[in-house]
Amino acid sequence: MRTSPGARVGQYVALLAYLLFLAFPFLWLISTAFKPPQELGNLHPTWIPQDPTLANFRQAFDEQPLLRAALNSLLAATGAAVIAVLIATPMAYVMARHRTRLARAATGWVVVSQAFPFVLVIIPLFLVLKNLRLINSVPGLVMVYVVWALPFALWMLVGYVRAVPAELEEAAAVDGAGRLRTLVSVTAPLLAPGIVATALFAFITAWNEFFFALVLLKTPEKQTLPVILTHFIGAEGVADLGPLAAAAFLATLPSLIVFAVIQRRITGGMLAGAVKS
Amino acid sequence: MTLVSEAERPVRRAPGGKGQRRVTDHGAWFLVLPALIPILILSVGPLLYGILLAFTDAQSGRTQPTQWIGALNFRDLLQDTLFWESFRIGLVWAVGVTVPQFLLALGLALLLNQDLRLRWLARALAIVPWAMPEVVVGIMWRLVYNPDAGILNETLRDLGLGDGRDWLSGIGTALPAVIVVGVWAGMPQTTVALLAGLQNTPRELHEAAAIDGAGAWRRFRTVTWPALRPVALAITALNFIWNFNAFALVYVLTSGGPGGRTRLPMLFAYEEAFRYGQFGYAAAMGCVMVAVISILLAVFLVGRLKGGDDA
Repeated sequence: MRTSPGARVGQYVALLAYLLFLAFPFLWLISTAFKPPQELGNLHPTWIPQDPTLANFRQAFDEQPLLRAALNSLLAATGAAVIAVLIATPMAYVMARHRTRLARAATGWVVVSQAFPFVLVIIPLFLVLKNLRLINSVPGLVMVYVVWALPFALWMLVGYVRAVPAELEEAAAVDGAGRLRTLVSVTAPLLAPGIVATALFAFITAWNEFFFALVLLKTPEKQTLPVILTHFIGAEGVADLGPLAAAAFLATLPSLIVFAVIQRRITGGMLAGAVKS
Repeated sequence: MTLVSEAERPVRRAPGGKGQRRVTDHGAWFLVLPALIPILILSVGPLLYGILLAFTDAQSGRTQPTQWIGALNFRDLLQDTLFWESFRIGLVWAVGVTVPQFLLALGLALLLNQDLRLRWLARALAIVPWAMPEVVVGIMWRLVYNPDAGILNETLRDLGLGDGRDWLSGIGTALPAVIVVGVWAGMPQTTVALLAGLQNTPRELHEAAAIDGAGAWRRFRTVTWPALRPVALAITALNFIWNFNAFALVYVLTSGGPGGRTRLPMLFAYEEAFRYGQFGYAAAMGCVMVAVISILLAVFLVGRLKGGDDA
């Protein structure tokens, strides 16, 4: 199809506007992170720091236990991702291959769970975890994250399972492979890329999560990065901008890197799930 | 669902077919249980427990046993003007974010579906807000909105549009300011979903319509939109729910201020539960939120689905 030159120019202008809108806050964050205090006090801030410095990063690590928080985040996100995928993959397989009442109920849960206001779930969870002495503990948070990441993990994995031709399993069965054997040596290897993508996605969601962590983790040495980041903002809303920006920038890097790796698969997985269901 | 019959065939054909059917069912349970148990204990259970809590006077740190108080919490809620004000703000926020989010994302998705240079860069950038922790998004925009060191006021000063203002603590500007952030943060998912939908629209139909002399707008309305509609409805409904239940962004940006102008229902309920310890009352708020949102969504979806070709 041909597009007139005028329309093409319009399209590029629009695309440029979108790019600016999407990129400028992040660029400003980076710019602020590298500015020395006197420049941040300046009434006419500039895009490029005139006197770039790493002092903000040093100060950020001095002010808040960032390393400890990063370790907690890493533990919570890795634990949640690994467990979520381990338990979601078999269930997704059943949901994709069998049309039982159970599979339909599970699909219903995946949809309905998107509509819960978290506050309705968090109060009972808080009480239950308190009785189990799992408040203010990373393992307790992992349990919550696993269930919280499950709906989307199931959604993605069901799409990936459906993309594996059932004929292959059939062929393996004809060759005399048992059910478990078929799953392990035929289906699982074909699913592996999808499983990895799902795990990484669960990792990012858990790494970024704030609300549950805020409610469930009470002391700074247990808190995850997003919660610690809010400590940079004082009670009156006043913040030391430089260290705040530096810490926020560092906290974003892992999710950005992981997301860059799986970007294509995420969109593919969403597409598969959306089309086939 | 051809897949189902295909999946069952190998079982029947497998050697020693006796009793295989039952084995399959047991196998299915075995595969489902590891996920089912956590779901029941940590999702379905708490949800039901939460609904029950709404009918009690549960409070944090109280020594007396919790008692059933029937619908008293709900009767109190009806009188609670602060809650309904917060609810109204929540609706303004949810609609104010969801609608521009959809329109902007649709525009971006249509552009990304074209053969433009720099499309790879735009695709990568369009995803960035999605990958960021919400807390960081909030912090980032606080830096943008900062009255002195922020780029927004500086740009306004450069353009000679006045001295700018303190966006996040102004009574009139706080809610619009956080809505802009909400739109920015939620655009990626919407764009990706719509882009996926666009790639399913039949290309040949598009070309046929173009040959017949249909302009861009006609082609969009008669070819693209009908194919895109199911995806558009689904993602809009989801966005509305997600936005209505939003918490972290506004918590970081304004904590509900100034004077409660941006106190979304989730922030209100959070404070009620975990600052004042009113578990039962906060659970009742959660129930009301679910109920109202379900009704609104049902009305929206039924209206849209019946809306026919014009919608």
